Formats: sequence, structure tokens, C-alpha cells
Amino acid sequence: MKNRYLKLSGLEPLIITPESNFINVGERTNVTGSRRFLRLIKEEKYGEALAVARDQVEGGAQILDVNMDEGMLDGVHAMVTFLNLIASEPDIARIPIMIDSSKWEIIEAGLQVVQGKCVVNSISLKEGEEAFIRQATLIKRYGAATIVMAFDEVGQADSYERRIEICERSYRILVDIVKFPPEDIIFDPNIFPVATGMEEHRKNAIDFFNATKWIRTNLPYASVSGGVSNVSFSFRGNNTVREAMHSAFLYHAIQHGMNMGIVNPTMLEVYDEIPKDLLEHVEDVLLDRREDATERLLEFAETVKGIKKEDSSKQLAWRENALQERITHSLVKGIDAFIEEDVEEARLTVSKPIQVIEGHLMTGMNVVGDLFGSGKMFLPQVVKSARVMKRAVAYLQPFIEESKDSTTSSAGKILMATVKGDVHDIGKNIVSVVLGCNNYEIVDLGVMVPPEKIIEVAKKEQVDVIGLSGLITPSLDEMVYLANEMEKQDMEIPLLIGGATTSKAHTAVKIAPKYTNSVVHVNDASRAVTVVGNLLQENNKVYKEEIRSEYNKFRDQFLNRTKQKSYVSIEEARENKLLIDWETTEIVRPNFLGTQIIEDLDLTVLLDYIDWSPFFRSWDLHGKFPDILNDEIVGNQASELYEDAKVLLKEVVDKKLLKAKAVFGLFEANSVEDDIEVTLNESHAELVSASHPVNKKKKDSIRKFKFLTLRQQLKKKEGVPNIALSDFIAPKESDKQDYIGCFCVSAGFGTAELAAEYEKNNDDYNSIMIKAIADRLAEAFAEYLHKEVRTSYWGYAAAENLSNEELIKESYKGIRPAPGYPACPDHLEKNTIWEILQVKENIGVELTESLAMWPAASVSGYYFGNAEAKYFGLGKIKEDQLEDYTIRRGISNDLAKKWLSPIIAD
Amino acid sequence: MLDGAMGTMLQEYKFTEEDFRGDRFKDHPTPLKGNNDLLSITQPEAVKDVHRKYLAVGADIIETNTFSGTTIAMADYNMEDLVYELNFQSAKIAKEVADEFTLKTPKQPRFVAGSIGPTNRTASLSPDVNKPEYRAVTFDELRVAYKLQVEALIDGGSDVLLVETIFDTLNAKAALFAIEEVKEERNIDIPIMVSGTITDASGRTLSGQTVEAFLISISHIPLLSVGFNCALGAEQLEPYLKRLSHNTHFFTSAHPNAGLPNAFGEYDQSPKEMKKLIESFLEQNLVNIIGGCCGTSPAHIGAIADAAKNFKPRKTVVEAHEE
Repeated sequence: MKNRYLKLSGLEPLIITPESNFINVGERTNVTGSRRFLRLIKEEKYGEALAVARDQVEGGAQILDVNMDEGMLDGVHAMVTFLNLIASEPDIARIPIMIDSSKWEIIEAGLQVVQGKCVVNSISLKEGEEAFIRQATLIKRYGAATIVMAFDEVGQADSYERRIEICERSYRILVDIVKFPPEDIIFDPNIFPVATGMEEHRKNAIDFFNATKWIRTNLPYASVSGGVSNVSFSFRGNNTVREAMHSAFLYHAIQHGMNMGIVNPTMLEVYDEIPKDLLEHVEDVLLDRREDATERLLEFAETVKGIKKEDSSKQLAWRENALQERITHSLVKGIDAFIEEDVEEARLTVSKPIQVIEGHLMTGMNVVGDLFGSGKMFLPQVVKSARVMKRAVAYLQPFIEESKDSTTSSAGKILMATVKGDVHDIGKNIVSVVLGCNNYEIVDLGVMVPPEKIIEVAKKEQVDVIGLSGLITPSLDEMVYLANEMEKQDMEIPLLIGGATTSKAHTAVKIAPKYTNSVVHVNDASRAVTVVGNLLQENNKVYKEEIRSEYNKFRDQFLNRTKQKSYVSIEEARENKLLIDWETTEIVRPNFLGTQIIEDLDLTVLLDYIDWSPFFRSWDLHGKFPDILNDEIVGNQASELYEDAKVLLKEVVDKKLLKAKAVFGLFEANSVEDDIEVTLNESHAELVSASHPVNKKKKDSIRKFKFLTLRQQLKKKEGVPNIALSDFIAPKESDKQDYIGCFCVSAGFGTAELAAEYEKNNDDYNSIMIKAIADRLAEAFAEYLHKEVRTSYWGYAAAENLSNEELIKESYKGIRPAPGYPACPDHLEKNTIWEILQVKENIGVELTESLAMWPAASVSGYYFGNAEAKYFGLGKIKEDQLEDYTIRRGISNDLAKKWLSPIIAD
Repeated sequence: MLDGAMGTMLQEYKFTEEDFRGDRFKDHPTPLKGNNDLLSITQPEAVKDVHRKYLAVGADIIETNTFSGTTIAMADYNMEDLVYELNFQSAKIAKEVADEFTLKTPKQPRFVAGSIGPTNRTASLSPDVNKPEYRAVTFDELRVAYKLQVEALIDGGSDVLLVETIFDTLNAKAALFAIEEVKEERNIDIPIMVSGTITDASGRTLSGQTVEAFLISISHIPLLSVGFNCALGAEQLEPYLKRLSHNTHFFTSAHPNAGLPNAFGEYDQSPKEMKKLIESFLEQNLVNIIGGCCGTSPAHIGAIADAAKNFKPRKTVVEAHEE
């Protein structure tokens, strides 16, 4: 029983003995932790992504953590591709890999492509012993070590007792039942923040230390690891304190037996170099040495804050600087308190007021542009700068009018529009603001702009560039159509393409070939400035040719690399449907059948259901909430943005600025092949309404509808079904009465008016903010309503008790897929939902001609309640299913093709 | 004592295409000459003779004639369907011959090692330098192919399984995964020998691992032995065998080639020369199981067996794994 060391390998061995120094795990190849790495993986820039890995190895990482957990990524594909690429880089593959994912399928895919002995990060008892044992058995068979989180069926361990209870139980199961080698077990006993002000967090660090010591004493050969930066969460923005805290924490953790961990070396002070007084305050908190430790550290922290946040004396100090410096300072910091006073002072020094804009203000905005371009400022800051700029310009406007000199020289004129049928404009507005900051004149046509109007205005205003935006899939076709029209009319204006569903691939393959002049995909506000600058430079021929050939090359590569996928016929796919045993599966009759309306929901109810991560994404800040607040690069910005959002959200809720409405219904349903037949027995609606007496004489009006679902046609592995949503509903021939629901919620009533109001005050920041918040509220409403349906209206999960985090992770039973999303990309289904629920009449949410919902902050979808119902991606369908669909839908083949074009396999 | 090369011995029979085909495969669409594994079915007597020759000179363990016996390797001959039968037959005839000798020398029982080769594809290397992320075979494809071979080898009567000539550790891990699955499904235990291949003087496997990294990567399975074979002669193998021997608590094995091939691709190290080199292994207490690979003959094995008589097997440095 001696020499049982944790032994890992890449191309070379890593043996961790009691004499080994602390093992440092490289953590930048993680899409949830590094925005840059995420972008590289999304754009398939694997060469640069490998460079990130190489930097980690060269920087001294002894294990490389790889994480591809991001909603928009095919995690398995990304993990396998990246690990395969690493395998061909001997200088990286030298060290062992840590396969980091919360999804077992990604972990297993990773284990199948690494020859060395890696570490799985992580497994736990969260989903019970059975899953834990199964996963551990496989990990052992694949020959890997594993991190075990202190997490069980009840939740995450947050006290000393719970930590040792869960770790001991995990250890005993692994060693006694699975026969897992104890030296291959690495515990992560949860590092939580300290000094949060909450009484129950006071012992977070010391509990971790003691649990670590207990594990190392009582669970032979096991290691202890953890993510260190969590501990200083409350001090984000104050790197001096954070760095000291990390070092002190690590110092004590190592003393207690922690032997490996994820540490960002740039966020670490040398323990011995921490000033004595700071160290004493930090250690008081970590070791919970005095009652008032937190208050004292908070107070002390103020005195050691870095340059990030000045105290009031420093704030006054910059007011002593020269005029230009003050203006620049206001613009860079987004401070609007002094701008009018400074601009006035500047105006008095020049002969024409316009010179203040072209001189002082542009000098300041150039600094902003440079900082943004080099990644030292982030989008929310730039938008705040723009707000200050606009305020300054607004102040000067009357003087400029007076001097009757209106010939301002702008860098160029840019038309921005969200295309016909689409109502989403957050991204478009951000790009407009950023371009505006860079002295471009913006002609913003708003949303749902028909192509004729875009062309007409572009010609009339003689714009230099047209920027198109769209979020829903039909918008892609609108963009192709517009490019085609511009070509017909011999236009030469460069076209910029942006928006969530657009991609470089779509632009290169579908749009660029339609238009002889430049077409560029720009999905990132910071790139927009560079691209427009290049397009409008004096001698732009070279750049335009470069772009053209880059897209031609990209198109060829894309078409070549498109994976050769094989498909089965629709008949075969139906043969291979998902089989649910309708004899034994539980079908719960809804407590309520019929349609119900929620007129004006109290918004406070929704606050707990907000998923913040997409909110940050809409501002180009990538990362998972709440970790993003703590991110080394964007953490400060994300925190500020979050604070601003909370302020506005509170105002929205307190003053009831937005209205949230919903209509939903639960109905009898059965599937017939791939259709779902829905029966509305209108008398049901009467029965539920307690205030209305049941009128038995009322004739039962029965309405029947059909949801059309589409079936996966990609050839599946043996035993994997080709799913359609209809598989989740009992077929007619089963003789079992089944049920389905559908819904539409909106939190968008009032958004447009508020946004317009902000815009009038030159406050683009809040104009964008209110829309982003409305979107979050709508999603939260959908989540809330789904929960109410599960636990009450339908009631099949009456006993459910899930945290918000679990809701976001969709840990519940049943699904609520939405038309236009991966499980049912067919937008036409919305028409059926609108008819069944009388959505427009009942709550006023309308459908545009492209079937986008208006107001934009709305969500609609179906409810499936069967335990086997799960989210899936339809993938592409073949011609035979399209034909079949055309007949079922009763529309022309051309029309069907138009609506389904993004999902038809070539 | 392990046996020596099968392939070079069978070449001496100078079998023709017709001999390889026999009656049964006379109409097979692809040429079959060179498919040595097939000879277990079409020329079983020749295969048995080779086994006998090795047993006669003192081999305790003979390897089945199944180096290429997977659906992946047999795809070259369009013989994927024959894989089970090939392995079953090969194990069966080896077992028959081994039992003959056990009867003759009851004090020296003889064993059959089911030989599991590396296949002709690698799971952690791309065959296309321009597409480093591409793989010609996946872990799952290997696992399925190996599983079939393992089941047939066990059914045919193998006493031990020998995963050998490992160029790519990931292939070996797939084989070990398959073996563990079979063990679990049948609720049986069978000893496993693992033998890697250090390809050149860099001291690494073809897939780039050092001796120590290779050892760590396959030590998750309880093994009878771990060792090296092929590619190098005994002299070149010695330093790596030392590093292996000092780092593992498993028994160790070595079956080196008869030196390095000469300009004509032939192995010309004599039995006497090889014996001397192996004696050096034995003096240093490096190995428990010893045999020969490419270019070795019953004469070589006889000479080595002769040397081995004078030494005790290696004692493991580390105490045995307690599982």
C-alpha cells in the first residue's frame, strides 16, 4: 500500500507525490472562463485556440483544463476537434488534459480521443448514486482520474460537516463499490466567497481548510483541488485585495493539504510581499478570527483600492487638469456631470462652435476608440461614452445653428436597418452607437424596413455603407433578397451583415455571390469600426479585393468541409421514431383544460426567474452569470453593467413601466404520424372559471387543430431514434388520451415607448438597456409560467422544487420548445398557436409577415409533459419530408421551401 | 518463456496464392496471399507445426496466429465476416498443440496467449498531415472490433490475452476497454499482457509517449505483465526496459526483434548473439517473461530458454497491486 501516487500522463508523465509542489491547472482553454477562447472556438479559429493552450503550457501549467460548455456550441464536436488538434502538437500534448464539462456525453467523447491518462472534471452525487457509480466505472475503464465535487442529491456542501459527509460518502462508494483507485480521486470541496456580509459565509474559507485537512487525513491517497478566484468574489474591482486574498487563501489551503488547483497566475500576489496590515485584515476574514473581520476588511479595502475607483478626493483631482484632459476623462469614464461646463469653456476658446466637436470631443473619442480597439474598454463603457458625447453635442447644437455653419464633416454616412419582418434591434443599435462615436453619421431606419425603402433612402441620402441586421431565420432570406435587388439596380454601396442568426458562412455562401460589390459579415461592434474604416478609406480597392477573395475562399472551404452526412428516408425515420411505452408511461390529466389569460402580472414575481447570462451576451460580454462578474477581463464591466441593469429593473418594477401579459392553454391531444391533433372542447373553458356557473345548455363547441412536427432525418447510430415532437404525445391508436399545451408570453408592452423616450434624451445606453431587460423579463415569464403549468395548471410535477439555477439548466420534467428554435424550426407553427389561443385578440401580441412577434420581448411555444420529452435539434430534412410536409400543410411547394429553406439538406 | 516469430516461420513454407485460398476461398474476390492469419483455417497443420517447434525448444506460452484478426485489419482482404472464425480457430489449434505438450511435460504446463495486434489504423494520429484533427478510426470502432476478436479468442481457449505491438496507446486503451467489457459481461477473469513498441531512438511510441507516460496510461487495468516488443533489437531495447522495470509493480515482458534489419530488410542476428544480449536483461533482473519478435526462430528461442534456466525471474520492485 505504499507509493500510491496520483499519476497522470500526456506524452510525458506527471506524478504527484507528497513532495510535489502545488500543481497548477491551466484554465484559459475554457469557453466559460475566457471570452476570447470562446470566440476562437465559435469561429473555428483552432490555430489561435491552440496558441492559447500553448501559452498555458509555456506559462507553467502542469495540467490543461479544456471546457467547451456553451449553449451555442456543439460541445462534443468542439471538444473532440480541439483535443485531436492538441494531440498533433507535441509541445502541448506533453502535459495531461483535464476534460471539463457538466455534460457526461462531452466528457465521454473527450475520454475517447486522449491517449494519456487525463482528469475528468467533474462528477458528483448530485444525480444520485446510480449515475455516480455508472460514470465512475466508465472513467476507471477509460483510464482517467476524476475530480469529485462536494455535491449530493440535497445540494452543494456549504459547511464543514456537509463537506466531509459528502466527500466521505463519495470516497466509500468509489473505493468500496466501484473499486476506483483512491489515488485517482481528487476532491473539490467547494471554494466559496468570504466577506460577503452574510453571517453564514463567515466560515467559508476556514471550513474549506478544515475539510481539506480532514480529507487528506481520513481519505487515504485522495487529492484536493479547487478554483481559487471564487474566494474573493466580494472584492471584484479591487485587485489589490483580491490578489492578496488569493495568495493568503492558497497559502493556508496548501498548509491544510490542498495539492492542486485552478489559479490565475496574474491574479496572485507573492504571499511574503503582501503588506502586513492588509495581510492581517485578509487573514482575519479567511480564518474568521474576529467578529468584525468583514467590516474591518471592507473599510481597509477602501484605502488600498487601485486606480479603478477613485475616492472623492481623487475625483476632484482630475478636475484640476487641463481642459482637453478633463473632456477626454469625461468621455473615457462616461461621466456626464461636468461635460456641459467643460464644453462651454471650450466653446469660448474657439472661433466656431463646431470646432469643439471636431477638436476637443473627437480627440477624446479617438482615445475611446483606441482603448476599445485594443480591448482595454468594453462595449457598455463605450456606449456610456457615447451618451456623454451626445450630451455635449446637444449642448453645442443651438450655438452651431446660430453660427449658421452646418457643414460638419462626418467620416461617412451609414444606413442601418433591421430587415423586413424582423423587430429585433438591440445589436443594430449598439453598432450604430459605436459607429456614431467614431464620427460616422448614422441614418437609422429602425425595424421591419422593407427592401424598397432601404434602397430608396440609400440612394437619396447617398450613404456610404448599408448595415443590415436580423435575429430570426427568415431575416436571412430577406438579406439575400436585398443583395439581389441592389445588384439588379447596379448599386455599389458596400453591405454589412450582422445579427444573431447571421454568420460568416451564410454571408459567404448565400449573400456574397448575389452582390458584386463588398459584402462583409460583422457580428461584433468593435469590428464594425475597423471594417467601415477600411471600406471607406481613400484607396480601398485592395481591401475590397481582399474581402472578396477571403469570402470566396471561405465559401469554398465551407462547402468542402461540410461534413458528408447521410440521411434516411422519411419512412425509415418514422420507423425509427422514439418509442414510449404508452401502456406504462404516466399521463397526467391537466387540472385545467382550456385557455387562460394573465392580464398584468406583477413583475416582482419574475425577478427570481431571470437568466442573466444572455443579458451580458447582448452587450458582447461573454461568460456565465454570476461567474462573469468575477471574470478577470470583463468582470469589472460586467459588474457595472449589472448594477445599472438592476437600477433600471427596479425602476421598471416599482413604477410598473412594462406590462407583462400571457395567454396559454392545455388541451386534449393525440399524435397521428408526425402530426399532433389538438381538440378544443370549449365547454372546458367554462368549467375552470369558478366565477362562472357551469352552463350545461351551452352547446359544446369542439374545434380541432393540427400541429405539424418535423422529424430528424440524419442517419442515427444503432439504438438512437429519429425524433419528432409528435413522439412525445400518445398516438391515437394507443387509445390513451394525451394532452398538450401552448403559450405566448410578453413583457414588451411599453418597451418601445420607453426606448424612444431615452433616445430623445440622447441616452442610447438606457434605450438599449430597457430592451435587453424586457427580453430577460419575457424569458423569465416563460420560465415562471412553465413552472406554474407543471406544478399547478397541469400539475404533473406538483412536488417539484427547483432552484433558479436548475431551472436555467432545464432540470425539470417536460419541455417548452418554441417554433423557430432547434426542435421545431418551422415558424409557421406560430400561426396555429395564434389561432388556438387567439393570441392577438387576447393579449395583443402580433405576428409580422416574417412571423416575428411584436412586441419583440415575447416568447411562444408548446408544452409537452411526458417524462421522456426532451429538447433536441431537428437538423436538416430531405426533399421527401419537404414534399410530405407541403401536402400536410396544404401550401405550395415554393412556399414550403421558402419557410423551411434553412433546414433543407443540400 | 514466450515463443518467437510466426510470420517469418510461415514464410519458409513459401505458400502460393492457391495455398492461402485453399478450397474454401478459391473464388474470393480479393488476393489473399500474405494474409497469414487465414492460414489457421486453410493450412492449420503448418501453423500447428510452428507452434510445436517453439514448444519443443522450451516456450511456455505460444501466441495465437491472430495478429491481424480484427474487422479493421481484415477489411483489406474483404474478410470482416470471417474474423470470429479466424480467431476461434487460431486459438483452438494453438490450445490443442499446447495441451499435447502439457501432457508430455506435466511439470511444465503450456499456455496460449491470444494475440491482439494494433490494427492498421491509429486513433490518436491523423493519416493526413493537412488535416491534423482527422482520425481514420474512432475509439468506438476499435472497441467494437477488438471486442469481437477478444470473444473469439476466449471461446477458442486462450489462457491469456496479449495486447501487443502498441504503436498508439489509444488503440491499446480501446482494446483494454473491450476486454473489460467482455470480462464484465461474462463474469470471468483472464490475465492480460500488454506490450508496447518503442519505434526508434527517441525512446517514444509512434504516438509520442515516453516509456513512463505509456506505462501510466495503461496501468488502470490490472495486468499480468507490461513490456515491449518489435521495432528494436534487444540491445536497443535495454534502456527502455530498464526504465519500465523500475517504474512498475506489474511483471515485465520483452520480445525484441533479432536485431535491426539489414539493408535487405532481413534480420541476421544469430541465436548466439541474441542470447548474449538477453543474458544482460536477466543479469540486471529486468524481465519476467521473455521471447522473440520479428526475425526470431525456434533456434533463437531455444538459445534464450537455455540462458533463462540459469536465472531467477525478476522480483517486482513495488509490491503487487492489491486488487
